[in-house]
Amino acid sequence: MVWERGGAMLGSYRVLDLTDDQGLYCGQLLGYLGADVIKVEHPGGDKSRLIPPFLHGVLGVDNSLYWRSFNTNKRGITLNLDTAQGRNIFRELVRKADIVVESFPPGYMAQLGLDYNALNEVNGKVILTSISPFGQTGPHSKWKGSDLVCWAMGGLLAQTGDPDRPPVRISHINFAYQMAGADAAWGTAVALYWRGISGRGQHVTVSIQQSIAKTNFMAHEVFETTGKEQKRASSFYRVERSEVMLRSVWEAKDGYVAFLIFGGQWGATHDNPRLVEWINEEGMADDYLRGIDWAKLSWRRTPLDEVAKIHGYVERFFKSKTKAELLEGAIKRRIAIQPVNTPSDILEHPQLQARDYWQEMALADAMLVKFPSRFCLPSYSLCRQWMPAPRVGEHNAEVYEELLGISPEKLNRLKEASII
Amino acid sequence: MNSKALAGVHVVGFELAQAGPMTTSFLAAYGAEVIRIESQKHLDWHRQIGPFLGDVNNPDRSCCFLHANPGKMSMTLNLKHEHAMKVIRRIISWADVVVDTFAGGVMERLGLGYNDMVKIKPAIIMLSSDTYGHSGPFAGTPSYGVPLTALSGLPHITGAPDQMPQFPGFAITDFIIPRTNVLAIVSALDYRRKTGKGQYIDASQFECTIPLLTPVILELEANGVDAGRIGNHSRYGAPHNVYRCRGEDRWCAISVFTDQEWWSLCEVMSNPALASEPRFATLSHRLENQDELDRIVEAWTMTHPAEEVMETLQNAGIACGVLQTGRDLAGDPQLKYDNFYREIDHPGAGVFSYSGMAANLSRTPYEITRAPNLGEHNEFVCRNVVGLSDEEFVELLGQEAFE
Repeated sequence: MVWERGGAMLGSYRVLDLTDDQGLYCGQLLGYLGADVIKVEHPGGDKSRLIPPFLHGVLGVDNSLYWRSFNTNKRGITLNLDTAQGRNIFRELVRKADIVVESFPPGYMAQLGLDYNALNEVNGKVILTSISPFGQTGPHSKWKGSDLVCWAMGGLLAQTGDPDRPPVRISHINFAYQMAGADAAWGTAVALYWRGISGRGQHVTVSIQQSIAKTNFMAHEVFETTGKEQKRASSFYRVERSEVMLRSVWEAKDGYVAFLIFGGQWGATHDNPRLVEWINEEGMADDYLRGIDWAKLSWRRTPLDEVAKIHGYVERFFKSKTKAELLEGAIKRRIAIQPVNTPSDILEHPQLQARDYWQEMALADAMLVKFPSRFCLPSYSLCRQWMPAPRVGEHNAEVYEELLGISPEKLNRLKEASII
Repeated sequence: MNSKALAGVHVVGFELAQAGPMTTSFLAAYGAEVIRIESQKHLDWHRQIGPFLGDVNNPDRSCCFLHANPGKMSMTLNLKHEHAMKVIRRIISWADVVVDTFAGGVMERLGLGYNDMVKIKPAIIMLSSDTYGHSGPFAGTPSYGVPLTALSGLPHITGAPDQMPQFPGFAITDFIIPRTNVLAIVSALDYRRKTGKGQYIDASQFECTIPLLTPVILELEANGVDAGRIGNHSRYGAPHNVYRCRGEDRWCAISVFTDQEWWSLCEVMSNPALASEPRFATLSHRLENQDELDRIVEAWTMTHPAEEVMETLQNAGIACGVLQTGRDLAGDPQLKYDNFYREIDHPGAGVFSYSGMAANLSRTPYEITRAPNLGEHNEFVCRNVVGLSDEEFVELLGQEAFE
């Protein structure tokens, strides 16, 4: 296969992707920008192929919708790295590659004789990118980390949820892993840029804990500066140095919307007068609401019962409207009210449709679905889905022939020896 | 060979609050020279909200700002001043990369749209990162992190089933966007290095978060199922939750996926008989009875400090971690080992603890230097980048061009 991605930013690079669920997103992102990403799996398939949900609820290595979400833009081959011959084949592949991405437990690549120093000897320009829960070395580097545990250790789990209930993790689709994958992708791009100047590869390492600590809205920094700990109140905005909490998520007639009532100059010059005017037009305002001088309103100095009273108008108004009605009015009146979107809201979002965001992809015979097509829209190069996620070993013949000149006969022998 | 990966790369940021500043701070940490254009009259929100170093309300001491802006230069400029364009044009011709995070249309109205930029610097790379992107019916709609987080769909899948959507980490999208922004910018730089071609990158913040949601989107399309909220549970592991530990609001996260891990947990809890109970014998049984399982595990964790639960379970090969607070992060031995937080003195204002970069490069390590005071580099930029003479600089100063 001839790689026709010359116009894409990373179209001239090849990536060997050894990751499991902790690092899948890295290779996919590089692939969006045109890199030739080859997912290297153990014969039989990567274990993250068994992450639910499954197509029609049927367990199977090609059915995981999770796996298929984060492995588009990749060709798929199998290779048994537990055999000496498999490792030799891998070294040959490394000669033809620019980047290797892995998320094995730290130390495993060294056990295989495939750590950075070993790869550097094979190919001095290669970049090795390693993703792990707690880094490659150090006191916790050998610890196990799930997505949930990484959220916890990075300090974001303690910050999310209602104060009177247990903290909750952000999504249940391994978002922490994806954040780390994105960090690995940009770190790899920086290493590529420097390689272009210096001719040297290097080792890029990402700790998922650090990825979350970097996503944390300053729990650490606030503690160091004020000596105080931020407590979870994640559907509210805590006004500094006061007991006042401003609601950020509200009930609409058919779901939820997000909105903050800013006080002071900001509120006075942005949303508040426009929202009051709208509430007034619907007959739900009174003299009190109409009379508020927002520029003079300081939440910090507002008594709690008055905070509740002002919130009450907005609460009643939002409850009387659907998400769609609120969004339509918000856009027209330039008020920052935003529905809490569901997956179906996102699929039907007019802005995405107008920008031709969705790309059709076949999930099964006669089943076309809409797939996110890009993470940015470059004017000159392309950021897109180039191919769906591979089936187990789908590109064995093509890749091994193209990169290593392995004939179909030899490939069969390797298959029989459980190497491919 | 220079050990700064992005040495010699020049960046100009027209940016506000979190997502844009964080984008260019990554570039600065890896050696790019970043000039952030600010306004004295319309202060960045993050310079105003604190908390403040030494509890003194001052735009140079706001932690929100410091956190998002290490390693940059700050230049204040009144973009509507009659001579501002002359200064800006010189800065643009110095730049390789321009980042703007204003709502669509703002830069164009200032005469600083991409079409204006390429006239000054044909190979410029410009990344515009606003909520909706620069085309389509919603283009130009003003927004910020809170509505954007709702837009992204993340709150819909955050929280317990009987809980309202929870706002993740306040405005988490602001922290997601910089990653893909930096990927796009550096990839474009690499592409320009090889081809000489710059480009415009329309980086809608909405669009760059959707790929992360793909599993729930596909599940709806393929299976007709809306995944909704499931709290801290997992669809392929149990017990899998946060558990109250001894002490005031102390918690541990525990994730058990395999039978081996389950047996180890039972042993650690001194309850080996539990492992052989049929209702917990297999993953599907454990998933079916996970609420009961949660109660059993929590009855045990409540009698131990969170740190002890973590150490014990990790030593037994089970994924477990304390729900760390700001105080815990400050004392975390692994983050210390990684030199992740770095204390830097701000002359006259005190010490601020900066977080490092989540991507570490072995041959070209990142560096963190302090965030700039408002307009700290006006004179430096005017002399060294714009090439103004002392007289010209003083004249502009007199005309209040730097406000």
